[in-house]
Amino acid sequence: MDLERLTRTSGEWLKGSGAESDIVMSSRVRLARNLAKYPFPTRADEETRCEIEHLLREQFDGRPAGLRLNYCEIHGLESLDRQLLVERQLISREHSQDQAGRAVAFNDEECVSLMVNEEDHLRMQVIHSGLSLEECWRQMDALDDALESGVTYAFNEQFGYLTACPTNAGTGIRVSVMLHLPALVMTKEISKVFQALQKIGLAVRGLYGEGSQAMGDFYQISNQVTLGKSEVELIKTIQDVVPNIISYERRVRQALIKENRQSLHDQVARAYGILRTAQTISSEETMHLLSSVRLGINLGLIDDLEIPAINSLFIHTQPAHLQKLQRQRLESTERNVVRAAYIRSFLANGGRPDTM
Amino acid sequence: MKKCERCSKPSVLHITEIRHGEVQARHLCESCAKEYLNQPVSATSPSEAVAASLAETDDDVDDLTCPECGMTFKEFRANGRLGCANDYQVFRGELLSLLENIHGETQHVGKVPKRAPDASQKQYRLIKLRSRLRAAVDDEQYEEAARLRDEISALEAESAD
Repeated sequence: MDLERLTRTSGEWLKGSGAESDIVMSSRVRLARNLAKYPFPTRADEETRCEIEHLLREQFDGRPAGLRLNYCEIHGLESLDRQLLVERQLISREHSQDQAGRAVAFNDEECVSLMVNEEDHLRMQVIHSGLSLEECWRQMDALDDALESGVTYAFNEQFGYLTACPTNAGTGIRVSVMLHLPALVMTKEISKVFQALQKIGLAVRGLYGEGSQAMGDFYQISNQVTLGKSEVELIKTIQDVVPNIISYERRVRQALIKENRQSLHDQVARAYGILRTAQTISSEETMHLLSSVRLGINLGLIDDLEIPAINSLFIHTQPAHLQKLQRQRLESTERNVVRAAYIRSFLANGGRPDTM
Repeated sequence: MKKCERCSKPSVLHITEIRHGEVQARHLCESCAKEYLNQPVSATSPSEAVAASLAETDDDVDDLTCPECGMTFKEFRANGRLGCANDYQVFRGELLSLLENIHGETQHVGKVPKRAPDASQKQYRLIKLRSRLRAAVDDEQYEEAARLRDEISALEAESAD
């Protein structure tokens, strides 16, 4: 498949629609499944992993749940392309390690992605814009049923769906929401949120999942427990807690506007100014400034830019995206120059990617 | 005023962390706190958590070996990943306490493959209903509890046939 195409588009989940999408960037549900009678990927030899891959690919070709899927073998892909898939959140960082038998299938909208031979034989994810966990689960459940009609999953009456890591056993589900919480970070209230979430057994992670840094004030909140509760109960736990965090963030935003309007406006305007004029800029600074601009748009302090445009900049300014755009490998300092140029032309163009 | 635990500046941020049920208080100055809060938010990954709760396992279970994939319990202890579905049977006893530690439960109550035989489908519905009954009683939702109880006895009568 043509990965080049990805640099000109954005996943559906970045479109900034759906409930509470000023704060909830995206909602995601993933399921871990293994095929009965095969060793788990880390224990399977190359031949077995490839056999599993063929078996699953056949299922994907049959349009499960009516989905038309692009298919891409990770093995043999250039490292830049593999990194591109990670930046798109179509595969995990672990999955981007070149290994025979690894593959990914995803639909054009990029809201469904299926990893083959990651830690488990099958890792399926459904991701949508805004707070839409129920929709994610409906789609995931249907897809899971469709695939299950063609293969036999490893399942046991007591431990549920059997996974390589016992932390995923049972439902194999990870329910998560990506939240943009700039005001809570700015006022340092965010640590209270972390504590409260840890107390009720929820995990907090950065933009790219496990072990990643909290970039651009984005935090991913997800369940840790997967056994002993039903999928619907686990979804409800997240769904019940998210409105509290949203209203906390909103309250702090309003307080900032009320007490500190001028300095907040100044911070937002400076961030926007730097992004429109900088000649060289790191990924880290970009994320930080984009976060201020995103907040500014949501508070009405910036009115000539739309949320989906800013959402896509978070992804399109990442290293592999820039290098694909330039069609060449670039050192970090070269990337910073290209990044600044890309952002300048994107913003001058009213938030549309320019043909560079 | 207390000093920052990392440098000697006065501490301004007091963080109480609860991790794996242990409470830990941290006192940090502004710059150290910033650094601390910016580190990966979930410092312990699931596999580390597994490794940690496995650290105290008896030596004699280390030799348990799965006949299907050849994985020993010692290997599992070292990398936190099981080798195949059959490991869940071979290491069952050890996994029960591990799963209890991680999830607080040892019985699956979620989705069941449609291919599962009828008898186990029914078994599952019973497990699920009983867990909902417990929750209803805990929430003092007695009407709902009574309804669930009736549904359970109907299902049990059906199974006995």
